Amino acid sequence: MGMTITEKIIAAHSGLEEVHAGQFVYADVDICLGNDITAPIAIKQFERLGINGIFNPEAVVLVPDHFTPNKDIKSAQNTKTLREFARKHQIKNYFEIGRVGIEHALLPEKGIVVPGDLVIGADSHTCTYGALGIFSTGVGSTDLAACFATGKVWLKVPEAIKFVFNGKLNKWVSGKDLILYVIGKIGVDGARYKSMEFTGPVITALSMDDRLTICNMTVEAGAKNGIIEPDDCTEEYISSRARRKYKLYSSDDDCKYCDIYEYDVNNISPQVALPSSPENTRPVEDLSDIGIDQVVIGSCTNGRISDLRIAAQIIKDKKIHPSVRLIVIPATQDIYLEAVKEGLIEIFVNAEGVVSTPTCGPCLGGHMGVLAEGERALSTTNRNFAGRMGHPKAEIYLCSPAVAAASAITGKITHPEYID
Amino acid sequence: MNGKSWKYGDNVNTDGIIPARYLNTTDEKELASHCMEDIDPDFVKKAKKGDIIVAGENFGCGSSREHAPLSIKAFGISCVIAKSFARIFFRNAINIGLPIFESKEASMEINEGDEVQVDMNLGKIINLTAKKEYSFTPFADEMKDIIRAGGLMEYVRLNYCQS
Repeated sequence: MGMTITEKIIAAHSGLEEVHAGQFVYADVDICLGNDITAPIAIKQFERLGINGIFNPEAVVLVPDHFTPNKDIKSAQNTKTLREFARKHQIKNYFEIGRVGIEHALLPEKGIVVPGDLVIGADSHTCTYGALGIFSTGVGSTDLAACFATGKVWLKVPEAIKFVFNGKLNKWVSGKDLILYVIGKIGVDGARYKSMEFTGPVITALSMDDRLTICNMTVEAGAKNGIIEPDDCTEEYISSRARRKYKLYSSDDDCKYCDIYEYDVNNISPQVALPSSPENTRPVEDLSDIGIDQVVIGSCTNGRISDLRIAAQIIKDKKIHPSVRLIVIPATQDIYLEAVKEGLIEIFVNAEGVVSTPTCGPCLGGHMGVLAEGERALSTTNRNFAGRMGHPKAEIYLCSPAVAAASAITGKITHPEYID
Repeated sequence: MNGKSWKYGDNVNTDGIIPARYLNTTDEKELASHCMEDIDPDFVKKAKKGDIIVAGENFGCGSSREHAPLSIKAFGISCVIAKSFARIFFRNAINIGLPIFESKEASMEINEGDEVQVDMNLGKIINLTAKKEYSFTPFADEMKDIIRAGGLMEYVRLNYCQS
């Protein structure tokens, strides 16, 4: 029996010719990642082991991105823990303020993760890198601590579901809309423990930014990983960035999928996930008169340059609605600088939006735009659970950057075609 | 394990178990003091050490924050029974030694307030109030090794840190 791309990558990292769904392995990890929330627990756990060195400092990446620039004293202590651990163990891939960006935008951009890798991260959205043909999955802090010591992770090889996208994308429909649509169809546990493999002519034609967005939100369907077979688009993205040699894997024709879903994207319009679950999706045109207090454009899901470009294109020469607060967060310093050069930041500021330094910030109700009781936000982030962005009685709607930008202008959830 | 059960529905998420506003600490006592806060603000006032959480499908979905199982464990909850667990929460619980059990029947039939006992050796969940027994999904052998060691770090200490 053939193997899926996920099975092939896991086999190659377990010293095995072949692995199949359900099998247990201790796999070698190419890159392990922690942030300012999850790494402090991992460091505490690792230090209790009382061993001297970490398995491979080159394989460890520490990204203080969630509550930075430090929002309070406790957060500052956590970042200090990461900084000192990085110094002690000569971890080069610790990213200080000024170089740091949101981890899942930063690692692909810097070529730290490359096709064919096996990556674990103590952050659920580590599944993002599947867009590059990487097996990457979110784990906990103790998994990270164990990986510091051993360079390995325990894994159960996941079953795979194939998602085939045919047809032609409608104007204003992006990778975010496709993944929201899928989550709406299969539910927040529709791919629990499984691998979500995306394919078809629509995926082939998608930009890397859109592919990263799709794989980013696979965890919202409960998946272990999301993955797209590498192609010309992947090579174009990674060849100039890769810091290591990479390997392109693809699924065998006779590999096993536990389910195959086919979608005709001609029927898909921009999607909005209503409170308080990412599966609670509706086409944007079905919503009317939903007034909003705050719009956030950013995050590991949608804070990349193409996201800022489409938002700026819609907002250009207009003003944000007087009752709306617009917060734009470029995901990395490189994206920020590119947005400055292209005049995007000027567009947001002229429209009376604010632009923040890279941070996860409001996505998880950390800082830089926390919601009050009864407020309603429209956000390009990934989760709309009650309390996620602040007060438990605030409401969160999820959407693409285009819908977010159009809605920021009208003050209510709006299809971008009404602004165009 | 023996305690009073507290019942919750499907898709209890980690933002509800421990909201991100408390993630600036790794102090287990502090995390325990906010356990289940955005799902059930009264939980820490009414639940007692040794009690059991009983929930529906996909318990612990959302973020990878180990603070979620840590807050439950540090509060003193003896175990979580659910129809199913989200995968990162599942591995986190195994890794830190928070006992978790999958049983659809137990999840459906146990009522809030029932006295429930779990016997790991017999592999049984016992509803003492309703006088009913349920089996739970057995763990894979590789997971049993981690559970027996007392968690992943102890497993690593035993298998990788020979001195």
